[in-house]
Amino acid sequence: MNAESSPAFQGVAPLPGVPKPDPILVAAGVERSFGGLRAVAVDRLEIQRGSITGLIGPNGAGKTTFFNLLTGFDRADAGTWHFDGRPLQGKRAHQVARVGMVRTFQLTKALGRLSLLDNLLLAAPGQRGERLAGAVLGGWRAQEAAHREQAEALLERFGLAPLSRHFAGTLSGGQRKLLEMARALMARPRLLMLDEPMAGVNPALRQSLLAHIQEIRTEGATVLFIEHDMDVVMGTSDWVVVMAEGRVIAEGPPAAVGADPEVIDAYLGRDHGKAAGA
Amino acid sequence: MDLVKILTDSLRAAIGVPAAAYALAATGLNVHFGYTGLLNFGQVAFMLVGAYGTAVTVNEGGPLWLGLLVGIGLAVALGLLLGIPTLRLRADYLAIVTIATAEILRYVTRSRALQSLTGGVFGIQKFANPFFDLNPIPPGRYGFGTFNFSHRQLWVMAVGWLTVGLILLLLTVLLRSPWGRVLKAIREDEDAARSLGKNVFAYKIQSLILGGVIGALAGMLLAIDTQAVNPDTFISILTFFAYTVLILGGPGRILAPVVGAVIFWFLLQFTDGVLRGALEAGWLGSAIEGNEVAAIRFALVGLGLMLLMILRPQGILGSREELLTDER
Amino acid sequence: MPPILAYIVSCFLLLGAPAAESIGGTLREGGAQGDPVAGVVLAVSDASGVVGTGVSGDDGSWEVPLPGPGTYRVSLDVQSLPEGVALRNPDRTELEGVEVRAGQRKSVVFPLGERQVETRSWFTRLANLAAKGLTYGSIVALAAVGLSLIFGVTGMVNFAHGEVVTFGAVVAWFFSTSAAGPGLHLLWAVPPTLLLAAALGAGLERGLFRPLRRRRTGNVALIVVSIGLSLLVRHIYLILVGGAPQPYRQYAVQTQISLGPVSMPPKALFITLVSLAVLAAFGLMLRHTRLGIALRAVADNKDLAEASGISVDRVILYTWALGATLAGLAGIFLGITQTVQWDMGFILLLTMFAAVILGGIGTAFGAALGGIIIGVATEASTFWLPVEFKVVVALAVLILVLMVRPQGIFGVKERVG
Repeated sequence: MNAESSPAFQGVAPLPGVPKPDPILVAAGVERSFGGLRAVAVDRLEIQRGSITGLIGPNGAGKTTFFNLLTGFDRADAGTWHFDGRPLQGKRAHQVARVGMVRTFQLTKALGRLSLLDNLLLAAPGQRGERLAGAVLGGWRAQEAAHREQAEALLERFGLAPLSRHFAGTLSGGQRKLLEMARALMARPRLLMLDEPMAGVNPALRQSLLAHIQEIRTEGATVLFIEHDMDVVMGTSDWVVVMAEGRVIAEGPPAAVGADPEVIDAYLGRDHGKAAGA
Repeated sequence: MDLVKILTDSLRAAIGVPAAAYALAATGLNVHFGYTGLLNFGQVAFMLVGAYGTAVTVNEGGPLWLGLLVGIGLAVALGLLLGIPTLRLRADYLAIVTIATAEILRYVTRSRALQSLTGGVFGIQKFANPFFDLNPIPPGRYGFGTFNFSHRQLWVMAVGWLTVGLILLLLTVLLRSPWGRVLKAIREDEDAARSLGKNVFAYKIQSLILGGVIGALAGMLLAIDTQAVNPDTFISILTFFAYTVLILGGPGRILAPVVGAVIFWFLLQFTDGVLRGALEAGWLGSAIEGNEVAAIRFALVGLGLMLLMILRPQGILGSREELLTDER
Repeated sequence: MPPILAYIVSCFLLLGAPAAESIGGTLREGGAQGDPVAGVVLAVSDASGVVGTGVSGDDGSWEVPLPGPGTYRVSLDVQSLPEGVALRNPDRTELEGVEVRAGQRKSVVFPLGERQVETRSWFTRLANLAAKGLTYGSIVALAAVGLSLIFGVTGMVNFAHGEVVTFGAVVAWFFSTSAAGPGLHLLWAVPPTLLLAAALGAGLERGLFRPLRRRRTGNVALIVVSIGLSLLVRHIYLILVGGAPQPYRQYAVQTQISLGPVSMPPKALFITLVSLAVLAAFGLMLRHTRLGIALRAVADNKDLAEASGISVDRVILYTWALGATLAGLAGIFLGITQTVQWDMGFILLLTMFAAVILGGIGTAFGAALGGIIIGVATEASTFWLPVEFKVVVALAVLILVLMVRPQGIFGVKERVG
């Protein structure tokens, strides 16, 4: 699971901004300031196709802002980024999602007064019945039936099938994380961007979430995830990227990053000290 | 106080033309507020353009059907005008711009500059004769006892409620489709909808226009019924009457506007009858004068809207589970 | 619907209660066949002072009930004449020695000139409009600051803020002018009115909006509640005050004073200066006092403020009280420059929104400056456009700002995520 066992990263130097053999996402010179504060200033970052990449960094490092910029939820002041060779800068959020870059949110966005099944059905791409004309004229039901099968299979896989007719608003925090991941998968992403998928999830569900992330990669998608829990990051990622003060300060295989003195300085040491104190 | 007369009057109001028109206006708001989460505080503007589009077209020599089309076209244009600057922004901005536009439109229609077209403060009368010429019901009064309607009233009521029925049918089809699902998703969380590839702005515009056109139909119905349009009919309070109707029924339920409108008009007429009855009987002493009854009704509607929103935002048709979701 | 409408219309036509004796008339442009002139303020006084005031209705007619037969003086407020309408004899703003017999309804005539070619230079006209706009704008600014700050600290747009403005005007009317009130001089009516306005603001927060926030009522629901509140309160005013515009007993009619090319009644000058002074004091308060700093901290970031030991609930309560006080003062000023009317605040609400959005919602300075700009812009627009389109200008500004710079002049672009 670690970089040693991940052939794709053979021979890639653990340096910030290092080129990858087969990148699915390439970002260059991405910048964003709020007032005088520089929230994001990423010189270069490549994400290897088919890998699980963990994005870590102390609070306020700009991880979520970086996600927002890449997915069109916020506007960058400068920079370019390409997904599978297509430029995505300046694209709006829904356009980004449509090319296969799908994200989740730190605070889950379950659609409370929609059933679990509807939450998933919503995510299916290219629905004929989503056009006003298509909805009136009909002809979308066959497609809908196929989507329904997929959705039910996904709910089954995530252990949510018994709740499929309930409103999503009735779920617990951990179940919402599961639902959101299942929903993102329903959108058939090629790059799945998870913002703290483990936050507020109890240990029992944690294991199943971890297993799902691994599975997603096995099925051929790429995963980029923000996480605070070091054990999760070290145990799950093929590659780890560290951000601090808006910049990428280190990247490399988990073991190498864990041993990098700059990282420990900027992040692990301070954070560990805090955790021990708390 | 004649309780039987008050009750029959209230029943007549509950199924009368204004009730049908409010059911339509509230149905439009249901598309906006109940299904998409848009806070349109200017539904009366759509009613105004519907009514004036019809009246002015006929007054200028056009046929009635063209007037109806013009009214609908104006509603579409108004939806675009209101939506484009506001629908990318917070929900409050739409509320502010719509309520302001509604007031402005009223000022403009009553302005002297447009008097030759809109009739200014006097409005336009007697433009719906072709509609009444089509009335198949033989002249007379129909009903039993004091509960009766003229052939003319029955004709407008029939057309009005039929329109309500057809619109509800159309909406049922639309809102049960994937299109309707996207609207509901936007109502719950528009960022989530965006992250799943939905063009939220486009859906909001469609919703605003669809609900606005339904509002325009409500305006046409009111105008045709009274054979008159007047700028001071279309005051902001109408929008909030429609909100009260909707929240009474239960936002996000297809039938809510109908249930809400029937109950609302029954209660409104009933309160009015009881207040006036009590006044005539001298039970209120000099505390209230006759011309204050209308103001009391308005105040009560405001109180009702507040209390409904606080105590039972899911309305009569809503379920407890909706409240438990605690999403907002 | 029709009875309701008939009622509303009749409200505007009924000008004061019928009395045995009265003085009245009809104001028309350029003689008996001209268009009626509405909204003109007239006052009737005897040796002891003003006994009654009236405003011309949509048909130009006005009537002032009298305490009894006698000799009276009738004055017309030139300032309340619409743009372009003037007395045929500009010096004849007062009719002395009008004798009224027992039971008589005396008619008097103020001949108005044709809507004629303006003789003043364009500069003088614009300067006068700008001065009028500055007065109006500083009143809008006073009212809008509260609206903006309440939004800043609670995130709620209060659609009932206009009713707080009306509250000030109506309470001062009760204390000073109403037959049922104590008949204080208007100046003495101001302190208790402002106290009551502050209490109203605090009461709305404590009794209504704080409990709702505690119940995690959503923003959209809160807005609907505030519009319901607006509807309720506005019609209570209608029941209490009646539908006719009511001038205050004092300051209704004044002779103009000249300041260079600009002429205005002293009250307008006074109101402008006091409003600007209050706004400046308020700005200093925000910048330098503990409460002001705490208020800005809460508006900036509620969680951070809470974490740094600020009692957010208390700050919100004070904001409501202060905002309502300023709105109440604006209401009194509006009542003096125009008249007291049950829906005056609701009409002002749209202008306040334009001011707040222009300046940047949530900021006090922005709202104040936005108010003044909107006031001057709407008045100055009457130089080119018919008076009826004043409000349209405000809305046009609002929509333009939303399209070009939705965060307003001083607002900061919202951070997403």
